[in-house]
Amino acid sequence: MEVRFWNKEIETLDRPALEQLQLKRLRETVGYALQTHFYKNRLAKTGITSPEDIKTLADLKKIPYTTKDDMRESYPRGLLAVSSDEVVRIHTSSGTTGLPTVIYYTREDLDNWTENLARCIIATGAGRADVFQNMMSYGMFTGGLGLHYGAEKVGMTVIPIGGGNTKRQIQLMKDFGTTVLHITPSYLLHIHDKLAEVEVKLSDLALKRAFIGAEPHSENTRKKIEDLFHIDAYNSYGLSEMNGPGVAFECEYKNGMHTWEDGYIMEIIDPKTGAVLSEEMEGEIVFTNLIRRATPLLRYRTRDLGYIIKGACPCGRTHRRLSRITGRTDDMLIVNGVNVFPSQIEEVIMRIPQVGTNYQIHLEKDGALDKLIIKVEIYSKLFHGEMSELDNLKRKIKEDLRASIIINPQVELHEPGSLPVFEGKAKRVVDNRPKF
Amino acid sequence: MPKELSVFLENKPGRLGSVAGILAESEINVRTMTLQDRGEFGLMKLIVDKPEIADLALKDNGFASALKDILAILLVDKPGSFNKLAAACDKHNINIIDAYGFVIESNKQAVFCVEVSEPDRIKKLLQQEGFTLLEEELYEF
Repeated sequence: MEVRFWNKEIETLDRPALEQLQLKRLRETVGYALQTHFYKNRLAKTGITSPEDIKTLADLKKIPYTTKDDMRESYPRGLLAVSSDEVVRIHTSSGTTGLPTVIYYTREDLDNWTENLARCIIATGAGRADVFQNMMSYGMFTGGLGLHYGAEKVGMTVIPIGGGNTKRQIQLMKDFGTTVLHITPSYLLHIHDKLAEVEVKLSDLALKRAFIGAEPHSENTRKKIEDLFHIDAYNSYGLSEMNGPGVAFECEYKNGMHTWEDGYIMEIIDPKTGAVLSEEMEGEIVFTNLIRRATPLLRYRTRDLGYIIKGACPCGRTHRRLSRITGRTDDMLIVNGVNVFPSQIEEVIMRIPQVGTNYQIHLEKDGALDKLIIKVEIYSKLFHGEMSELDNLKRKIKEDLRASIIINPQVELHEPGSLPVFEGKAKRVVDNRPKF
Repeated sequence: MPKELSVFLENKPGRLGSVAGILAESEINVRTMTLQDRGEFGLMKLIVDKPEIADLALKDNGFASALKDILAILLVDKPGSFNKLAAACDKHNINIIDAYGFVIESNKQAVFCVEVSEPDRIKKLLQQEGFTLLEEELYEF
C-alpha cells in the first residue's frame, strides 16, 4: 500500500523529537494559560507561575485536571487568553444547567486545527481529486465547519450541505459524483434504507470513502457500512474542547485512530482515582491542547473512555493510536450524533406546570436511526378535561425540547402515577438500543 | 349548567374497566359516554347521575379527571329535529368542540350534549331559538 502524507516530517517524527516538540508547545501553552483568569489562580496553587516551571513533560502531572464544570464556571471569558480583537471564531456548547461552555479561536488556532484535518483526510487515502459531501451539521457544532476547512485546504470539491434532507443528499451524491462522505454511522445506514425509495442504485453513485464519527459505534457497524456501500469507512474522533474533529483519525490501515500528538498530549486515567494508566489500559481520555492560544486547556477530562493501542502502525506514523470510544464516564446520551444530558431534558419538562413529577426517557432504534421518546405524566390538578389542552401540552413539550436539545423527540402523555416509581435514585433513562 | 365528567386515559387494555369499576363502587349511574382518541391516549367523556362524587372518586384513585360545563339540548326524537339544531348553530356561527347524543325515550325524546367554548352565551342563543336546555335534571331524566 502506498502511504501518502500531508505533513510527512511531523507525522513520522521519531518519539524523542516528538516529545521535544510537545515540551516546547506545553511551555508555550502554560504561558497562554497563565494569561487566563481561571489558570492564573489554578496554577498558582501548584507553584507554576511561569512557563519555565515546566522542565520536562513529567511536570505535566503537577497540573490539576480541568473539567467541564471548570469551563462552565469560567463562562464566558474566564478561559480567554488573548485580547478580543485576536479572536476570529467562537464555538459554544449548549448548557445543561443553563451555563454553556465556550471555545475561542485565533486565526492561527483555526489554521492549526485545519492542518490536523488535512492530515486526517490524506491519511485515509482521500485527496484533492475527491468530491466531499459534508453531512455533519454546520453552525455551533464543530463537526461540520472543522472538516469543511480541512477538505478545502486539501483541495477537495466540498459540498457543504450539512445534516438532514435525505432525498436531496442522495440527489447531490448522484449529480456531483460524491466520492467521500462525512456523516454519523446511523445516518449513513439510514441513507442506505432510503436509496430504493428514491430509485437510486449504488451503481449510480461514485462513493469510495466515508468519515464516520460523532457517535459511538461498533466494529460491526463499520463493517456493515463498508459491505452495504462497497466503500472504506474511517473512524473519526474529536470534541469541541480540543477544537473539534481531527484530534484522532484512522489511516488506511483502519486499526485505531492516530492522535496528532504534536497538537495534543493524550493521557488515559482511572476516572475514579485520577491515576494515570499505562498503554492498553482502558480509562478516561485526558487531553492537553498544545495548538490553541485563545482558549488553552490543560489536562481536560473528556469523560470518554478508551485506551491507547500499543505498537507501531504499518503506515509509518509515529503518533500513537487511540482505540474506538468504548463508553462514557457520565450519563451523556448520544442521539443520532447529538450529545444530550438527561438533565437538559428534565430542565425543560419540569418547567411546564401541567407535567407531573415523574417522567422517563426512552431510546429506541427506528431502522438505522435513534428515536428519543419522552414519557411524561400529566399533572391531575391542572387538568381541565379538554382535548385541546392535551394537544397543546404535547406540542409545547416537543417544541421546548427541540429548541433546547436540537432533537425532535416523540412525546407521550401518561396517566398520573402510571410510570414506574423508584426508591432512591430513579432510573429515568431506558436505552433499548443494541449495545456493542 | 349540567356537567360532563372527562377522564384522561392511556390507550391500553384495562383502563376503561378501571374507570367503570370505580364508578360502580361509588354507585354512579352512567347515562352515556363517548371516547375521543389520540392514539396513545384519549379522553373519556361521561354524563353521570352524580358528577361531583364520580369526579372525586376518580381523583382519589389517581385519575386525572375534570368536570366541564356542557349544553344539554332536548330534542324530539324524530326526523328533522337534528337538522333544526344544526341550522341554528350555522346561523349563529357556533363552533362545536365535541358532541354526542342519547335517546331518552324512543320516538319521543333525545338529548344532544354539546361542548362549546362559550357555553353561557351559546345557551342563551339556543334558548332564543326556541330550544329547551336541560339543567341538572339531565342526570336523572
